[in-house]
Amino acid sequence: METFLTILLDGLQFSSYLFIVSAGLTIIFGVMKILNVCHGSFYAWGAYTSAFFIGKFSEMGMPDGWGFLVILASAIVVGLVLGFLIEQVILKHMYHRDEVLIVLATFGLFLVLEDVILIAFGTDPYFAYQPMALLDSVEMGGIVRDVYGLTLIGVAAMVAIGCWFLLNKTKWGTILKAVIFDREMGIAMGINVPLVYTLTFIGGAILGGLGGAYIAPTISVAPGLGTEVIVLSFAVVVVGGMGSIMGAAIGSLIIGLLRALAVHELPQVELFVVFAVMAVVLVFRPEGLFAPAKPRKI
Amino acid sequence: MLRDNTSKVVFIGGILIIAFGFFAPNWIVNQLMFGFSRALAILGLLVLWRTGLVSFGHAFYFGLGAYTVAILDIQLGVTDVFLRLFGGACLAGLAGFLVGFIMRNYRDIFFAMLNTAISMVLYGIIVKTESLGSTDGFAISLPTIFGVAPETKYPLFVVITVIAMVSALLVNFYLKTTVGRLTTPIRDNEIRVEYLGFSVAHAIHLKYTMSAILAGGAGALMAMSLGQVDPDSMINWTVSGELVFITILSGPGNVIAPFIGSLVFEVLRTYAFELAPHLWQLIVGGTFLTIIFFLPGGIWSLIVKFGRNKS
Repeated sequence: METFLTILLDGLQFSSYLFIVSAGLTIIFGVMKILNVCHGSFYAWGAYTSAFFIGKFSEMGMPDGWGFLVILASAIVVGLVLGFLIEQVILKHMYHRDEVLIVLATFGLFLVLEDVILIAFGTDPYFAYQPMALLDSVEMGGIVRDVYGLTLIGVAAMVAIGCWFLLNKTKWGTILKAVIFDREMGIAMGINVPLVYTLTFIGGAILGGLGGAYIAPTISVAPGLGTEVIVLSFAVVVVGGMGSIMGAAIGSLIIGLLRALAVHELPQVELFVVFAVMAVVLVFRPEGLFAPAKPRKI
Repeated sequence: MLRDNTSKVVFIGGILIIAFGFFAPNWIVNQLMFGFSRALAILGLLVLWRTGLVSFGHAFYFGLGAYTVAILDIQLGVTDVFLRLFGGACLAGLAGFLVGFIMRNYRDIFFAMLNTAISMVLYGIIVKTESLGSTDGFAISLPTIFGVAPETKYPLFVVITVIAMVSALLVNFYLKTTVGRLTTPIRDNEIRVEYLGFSVAHAIHLKYTMSAILAGGAGALMAMSLGQVDPDSMINWTVSGELVFITILSGPGNVIAPFIGSLVFEVLRTYAFELAPHLWQLIVGGTFLTIIFFLPGGIWSLIVKFGRNKS
């Protein structure tokens, strides 16, 4: 029972941060049809920025509770700055090119940003344990958990609800759905599609940064952070269906729980299981489990 | 087979490079070995790239070839360079043939992603399996050639150059056959190709298997010239990215391009590590973006341009 609860909670926590990152990835793909490899960099930048400033603020004697503000602020700043720059300087000029070439361009950006992190923050790992220490731990069902880790699940739920609300209950959501459905028709109806693209990319980047910023206190923030997370979120997005928020949620639950199960019961297959699921889904349902199959356009 | 200009250049260039290697210092020979080994994989990716397919997972076949060499060496004590190469290329080719049945139905990013998934499955298995060397990998003994254990790396270099030469000639020959000529048409319009009476699926399957054999051979040669294998430098998705990078850098214009591209890559890497060890990825990424933006035909298009101005 205790093992089961541990697996469940570990899995949920893992799913939560995967979901936050993948939601950004899937929104960008859904609207702009860009498979954004440098999403991993947004994550890494978010993690580094929040870890750095949490450490700095704590040295300056600020109350640790500020850490949460720092997390939110770093996600927004990273998303705004990187997202805006990348979209305006690089991607804007590539929309007419081949889909695959855009993927390659974002891969180039990913490599560049990885090294800019090293230049900006150095190679030593950062530890920003303060927010985690502040929240202490709690005993439930015979096991002790960090409260911080549990709040992660709440944050993910908030992101999910926020996305759902934005897409289904606001004017902005309607515009987004119109652009997703038919970009040209959207332009004809007077939608400022370039603006929608820029805002979407920034929004996705903020989510990527938020995933990194929120997870930072629980890990040692070290080089190579983004490399692992990007393939994992690819797996999530592919399993759930590219471009679907619901899909990202289900995909991250499947991947997160399976991986937690593997870590506890059969550590040898930890990575194998994630990508095996991804491959199987691609083979039998390439459009993902939850994306509706599209009619072929000729 | 040696009638067109490309074949002549490959043939003569190969012989000149072998002769040059005899007098060249060790580090240059090493660079050439790494470059030519990797170029084999790029040859395969070039064929796919001309068809409009980019695989973000060919490190699967690269790693399969490399690990076959490691297993042959450590478990079975096979030292002969040709047996090892044959083993690596065959296993990768077999895997490519089997995976190809699925892969031939995929295009665009789905093709790229399914390849990534498959390569990461292998990565996941090897990283977590002690008997396969886990994250440390294996050291590989220097291969013997026709039963003779060479003193220096020069004989291995000759073997690699000859293999590279032969592969380039074969791929060049293939591109001139009817099936080979179906590369660009498939990218442009599959339905028309089908109307002409050819099976697109079969053509892509053949190309995919070819690229797998070449990538496997490349991995096997790379493992032998490096003297070691490990998952992060052989199978991780970043390796696949590197291979794609060199393909774009070389340009799809000609079978000679991969060799030039790979050498440029090796030189870039060596100097980047020496001058600015932390800037390596920045330089690669920056070059990548520059090429995509300003030189869509890769280095080869520069050579073509230069040649035209002269004549």
